[in-house]
Amino acid sequence: MNIHEFQANALFGKYGVPAPKGVPAKTVAEIDAALAQFPEGMVVVKSQIHAGGRGKGTFTDGYKGGVKVCKTKTDAREAALKMLGNTLVTLQTGPAGRKVQTLFFTEACPPKKEYYLSILLDRASSRPVIVASTEGGMNIEEVAKATPEKIHKVFVDPAYGLADFQVRQLCFALGFNPKESKEAAKLIRNLYNMFWDVDASMVEINPLITTADDRVLALDAKVGFDDNALFRHPEIVALRDFAEEDPKETEASKHELSYIALDGNIACLVNGAGLAMSTMDIIKHFGGNPANFLDVGGGASKEQVVAAFKIILGDKNVKGIFVNIFGGIMDCNVIAAGIVEAVKEVGLKLPLVVRLEGNNVVAGKKTLADSGLPIVSGDSMADAAQKIVKLVAA
Amino acid sequence: MSILVTPETKILVQGITGEFGGRHAKLSLDYGTKVVAGVTPGKGGQFFEHGAHKVPIFNTVAEAAKATGATVSAVFVPPPFAADAILEGVDAGLVLVIAITEGIPIRDMVRVKRAMQGKKTRLIGPNCPGIVTPGTGEKSTGGCRIGIAPGYIHKKGHVGIVSRSGTLTYEAVWQVTCKGLGQTTCVGIGGDPVNGTSHLDVIKMFNDDPETKGIIMIGEIGGNAEVEAARWIKEHCKKPVAGFIAGATAPAGRRMGHAGAIVGGAEDTAAAKIAVFKECGIEVAATPSDMADALLRVAAAKKVNLA
Repeated sequence: MNIHEFQANALFGKYGVPAPKGVPAKTVAEIDAALAQFPEGMVVVKSQIHAGGRGKGTFTDGYKGGVKVCKTKTDAREAALKMLGNTLVTLQTGPAGRKVQTLFFTEACPPKKEYYLSILLDRASSRPVIVASTEGGMNIEEVAKATPEKIHKVFVDPAYGLADFQVRQLCFALGFNPKESKEAAKLIRNLYNMFWDVDASMVEINPLITTADDRVLALDAKVGFDDNALFRHPEIVALRDFAEEDPKETEASKHELSYIALDGNIACLVNGAGLAMSTMDIIKHFGGNPANFLDVGGGASKEQVVAAFKIILGDKNVKGIFVNIFGGIMDCNVIAAGIVEAVKEVGLKLPLVVRLEGNNVVAGKKTLADSGLPIVSGDSMADAAQKIVKLVAA
Repeated sequence: MSILVTPETKILVQGITGEFGGRHAKLSLDYGTKVVAGVTPGKGGQFFEHGAHKVPIFNTVAEAAKATGATVSAVFVPPPFAADAILEGVDAGLVLVIAITEGIPIRDMVRVKRAMQGKKTRLIGPNCPGIVTPGTGEKSTGGCRIGIAPGYIHKKGHVGIVSRSGTLTYEAVWQVTCKGLGQTTCVGIGGDPVNGTSHLDVIKMFNDDPETKGIIMIGEIGGNAEVEAARWIKEHCKKPVAGFIAGATAPAGRRMGHAGAIVGGAEDTAAAKIAVFKECGIEVAATPSDMADALLRVAAAKKVNLA
């Protein structure tokens, strides 16, 4: 799960991670109330969407820049009114863009120098890793590729937590002066505590800045959370913004289905994540384009299958459906009955290819064949994939 | 032989009185697996009954292991309590703990992994289908089934299978069985980013197992475990190996069902992993329908009889 920058900024405040003072606003009245809290002078206006590249983005009406540093509060108000309710397109949003429903006003903090700081899980060592660089404000993957010596990492032993010497290593590596080091050490320590405490999957500050008076501040804030741990953080779950999610994905999560929308036209309904991924792959392999990832789980019920069909059909690009089930423990005949019922209930008009394999498969195939519905049966994954690709292309 | 478990291995099930754990304990008993104990705190002294089987339930893993001689545990405990259940098995000195539970917080697993350093217990999973060493009976019964895999799709034979995914493992197993071949042991290592046993750990065991004549390694996007295993295979493994990587069409940055199936950079895409497989002499299955055929191709090229 992801949250907005203004929410991450508030979380930073709670954990003592220094960041510019900021106020969010969702309406014109809130914009005025927010700006009233700033002294006359420079104010930064930031569009709040769950995607990066906002500063270089363009709104669909042609207005340029989702983040503006404004010289006066009047300018800031004007920029905010242009952004609010407008749709911002960035490199990460896709061409449809995202509607800006919240703005975040922050005090302007002119940086002396920009840095990069993040904490995430290092899978190879199964430990949290803190990544820091003197190259702030840049794409960190490009920095890592072009100048790996400018990336500094410390791996935190979960048994002992972040050690003082590790914090010192980072501060020296980044070349902070003594006063900055003191500030930065506190920031890094508090940020790590937050990462651990809230079960974050990732926290990223890009840029982290130093100021003329040697303060160290998180100028941006990006925080992602481990979905598996949300059950113990109701305060984090409350920050979830459904407007930032594909409504089909939200609906799927209500039925405990794992669904991700893609841009193709062949919908997939599969049991198991690995099989679901490879079903998408095999469609592509035979020249088609998958419309989604959909894992109905190991013990898909009839209700889930019906819900899954409805979600799939909510995607107007879908021109055909590929159901791929390996019924290991599950009875294929029960699944077949669920498919037949779902097809009848939603009044399916699109081509449907079903590949069933496993427990009681003969009875399952018979149920599909006897249903009188135009369901095409596939013998193997490859056979079924070729059939659906052909039907959709026709 | 087989790896990790044999038909004689004695198993205990943590969470045997839960719906999920109970159902699969029964299927394992039906398969002929020696499920000798269950553990559910507060239900010690009761019995888990299934047909002629009467499996004693204990309050703690330590008691269960001591009383029954169980050396391996299957963990079916719900996510909030699963990490603790794993640590209880480690503390009891079990040889192997197989964590089936899906959805354990990553932070919990980071702590578990650290706590297991230097301990003799091996962890498989979490978020995995478990292990099957097929038996010689009808539909491979008489074997050791720990976890949630369908037993009947297996057949005793000479192919080792290791995978992060459940249903994709079954797909490979079934293809091998349909070719008239069989498996030594099938190991699902799980789809989480922090897990106990890696592809490489299992590959090394298959390499050392004289019964295993060929290997199918199934991976997916995210992390570099498959790449690590492939490079080792290139240097040390003479046996024919076929591979498959799921997620070629997965968009970057999205978690594809498994917590660990997420593309973080250029290195952990399907294309990058497939390239390394090819470079290391692993026969890559073009589609998931091609896994057994891919193994047969590389076995033929190396003149290895898998039957």
